[in-house]
Amino acid sequence: MLSAYILPLWQIFLEAPQYPEGLEMKIWLHGITGNVEQINGLNHYIGMKHIIVSEFLEFKVLPYIFGFLIVIGLVASLISSRRLLNIWFCLLLIFAVAGFIDFYLWEYNYGHNLDPRAAIKVDGMSYQPPLIGYKQLLNFLAGSFPAIGGLIVGLAGLIVAGVVLYEHRLKKSLQ
Amino acid sequence: MKLNYQPALLFTALTALTFTACKPGKVSQATDEDAAKKVYVAPGKYDELYMFASGGFSGQVASYGIPSGRMLKVIPVFSQNAENGYGYSEETKPMLNTSHGFVPWDDTHHPELSKTNGEDDGRWLFINANNTPRIARLNLATFKTDEILELPNVGGNHASPFCTENTEYVVGNTRFSIPLDAAKNVSIADYKKQFKGAATFIKVDKNSGKMNIAFQLVIPGFNYDLAHAGKGPSHDWIFFTCYNTEQANTLLEVNASQRDKDFIMAVNWKKAEELIGQGKGSKVPAKYAHNVWDEKTHSASSTMMNEVTMLDVQKYPGLIYYIPCPKSPHGVDVEPNGELFVASGKLAAVIPVFSFKKMLKAIEGKQYDGDFDGIPVLKYNAVLEGEVEKPGLGPLHTEFDGQGYAYTSMFVSSEIVKWKIATREIIDRIPTYYSIGHLSVPGGDSRKPYGKYVIALNKITKDRYLPTGPELTQSAQLIDITGNKMKLLLDFPTIGEPHYAQTIPAEKIQKNSVKFFKLEENNHTYATKAEKDARVIRKGNRVDIYMTAIRSHLAPDNIEGIKMGDEVYFHVTNLEQDWDVPHGFAVKGSNNAELLIMPGETATLKWNPDRSGIFPFYCTDFCSALHQEMSGYVRVSDQGSTIPISYKIGDNPLAKK
Repeated sequence: MLSAYILPLWQIFLEAPQYPEGLEMKIWLHGITGNVEQINGLNHYIGMKHIIVSEFLEFKVLPYIFGFLIVIGLVASLISSRRLLNIWFCLLLIFAVAGFIDFYLWEYNYGHNLDPRAAIKVDGMSYQPPLIGYKQLLNFLAGSFPAIGGLIVGLAGLIVAGVVLYEHRLKKSLQ
Repeated sequence: MKLNYQPALLFTALTALTFTACKPGKVSQATDEDAAKKVYVAPGKYDELYMFASGGFSGQVASYGIPSGRMLKVIPVFSQNAENGYGYSEETKPMLNTSHGFVPWDDTHHPELSKTNGEDDGRWLFINANNTPRIARLNLATFKTDEILELPNVGGNHASPFCTENTEYVVGNTRFSIPLDAAKNVSIADYKKQFKGAATFIKVDKNSGKMNIAFQLVIPGFNYDLAHAGKGPSHDWIFFTCYNTEQANTLLEVNASQRDKDFIMAVNWKKAEELIGQGKGSKVPAKYAHNVWDEKTHSASSTMMNEVTMLDVQKYPGLIYYIPCPKSPHGVDVEPNGELFVASGKLAAVIPVFSFKKMLKAIEGKQYDGDFDGIPVLKYNAVLEGEVEKPGLGPLHTEFDGQGYAYTSMFVSSEIVKWKIATREIIDRIPTYYSIGHLSVPGGDSRKPYGKYVIALNKITKDRYLPTGPELTQSAQLIDITGNKMKLLLDFPTIGEPHYAQTIPAEKIQKNSVKFFKLEENNHTYATKAEKDARVIRKGNRVDIYMTAIRSHLAPDNIEGIKMGDEVYFHVTNLEQDWDVPHGFAVKGSNNAELLIMPGETATLKWNPDRSGIFPFYCTDFCSALHQEMSGYVRVSDQGSTIPISYKIGDNPLAKK
């Protein structure tokens, strides 16, 4: 899970006829990198708000929340407490679900909250990128997938889930 | 009756056919069936090589993809280029400054790729201006002209800009000898006494490429035509050809073609460098411009230099030797190993091949055939390795394929002749359409030729293309040299006269190509890095408009308070930070060109309004879906008007940054 500090968690990429090389945004614990400026430049046609990293509270608190989770995990393994392990797993789960909800809300907000004076207006069209997977947004094909850091964290979560399950069975069989 | 008549008819027909088939001098022109396949570069695929060809009298350089022959870009060098504002914008005007003032045109001849260890390194391209003698250095990462250096004391900078093995120097030399600048006003009839050559050695900074005249060698007043530096064993030497050793000053066509042999001038540049290092040169007043482009300020500056170091070669024996060479030699070319050099007398019936080893021996043994103005003339036979017999008519230039073969262009007989360097036997010949001048084998003048093709750079096209009135297209031809027989693959049109070209594998250039300029590194005095900083400032009758361009608006786009008699400067900064999003700028009635501004760049258009009224301005490069909307108005009022400067752009909540 420490890898999340040095690897991106999520990526959104855009492809269009004029952008065969693609544009991408990488979401980290502490911010967004990639072609943010170009994407902002293009989004002004449809009246989407500028993505300004400093306006996201998430990136200020995420590194701490994540650190807190890591500490609990480490403590759980150090004192070999099954109860703490279960708590940790629950926290991770809540964190993941809350994270996805938050991500979805942001996407919804950007995709729907469009300036009424935008140059390009297509009736009934919103520009919310997919939570995960591909979606065609006018001339752009948008893709949203976990990045390497996200995959590692996901894998770690699965391992924890496995361990919790295994411990649970072990406990049952011992009884 | 009928029976007698028929055989007679048959006989006549057969005779006619035989005569037609045997008509001498016509070589059938055929391209291979697979020629199309060899030059076809599928849509979206890249060419294998870049060819950089001079634009001749266009004054520019053009780059082409090989083998397709597709033109990629014209790089403005010595001529104003209204298409992108080169030589019109305030930033680029100083590039065309000379000691004669602003010169809007020139004649480019020889592109020369910079070299490291005798190989093309893909960093810079040098090119000469023939008319107002200058040398330019082009940056092959940006495809822009980075530097132009004027050459004093030179008339017709033709033997230029050939570089030494590690680009220690590029040279320039006079094709039309003139009295040295200090002598000024002398009679043309005093040619022999007063007219001099000035072999110019320009030091090139290893890292930045910056050029400076290191020294000029004062030499007899001939017409110095071309040059090539040695390599490997001949590293320390450079060879120039010269004609008009008759020193005629009128009707050169006849009077400069009288002597049986003219000269190759061999210069020991290493020795000259040492002498200069020892302070043997003398500082001579000279006026010449040195123009440098700064990639960070996106502006050129022009400095007028006032002194040059000269070395009188007669005082220093061992610096220069003349080698006799038949009939008005044109090209001199050094084979990849650096041991043999080939000279082509354009009116000669043979191609002499000289040996560097033999030259050193002849110098050592003082095998002289007299001297010219105190410069020893070596014995022809003492330096000669051998002659290529009956090569064709009008041999001009030779390039090499690295496989032991040489290719010589024949202007008069309009063909390329392939011959074996070791034996000097002719292997093959192929016609060119028509009258080939230079020819280009990729890396063909380097230590490691890439080979594969030879490109014929022709002077005449006549019937090769659809006619376009009296002025026809110029053209080059691509020829396959991978087999024993040369095969014509493709004719392709070029800009100006494709006087000479150098060709280099694409990967050496492509990997360095800049996509856009970083806005944060833009140090232009009038840069506007954010739309909120766009403004208009009046100082007396000078009005500076700090304008930004981003898809799809110019800011400010409503400007008032300009008055007749004002000098208006539009400083437009392209705020885009993306690949291939230039913006253009033009204003109605401007007696100037447009601006074409690359992402991250600032460019300035000077405008003197000629009447009061409303003037639209707009983006000229189709940039986006709302390009047509990228426009604005500037209001010009009468001189006495009291309307204050004001400017605005509509509220754009999405561009608040």
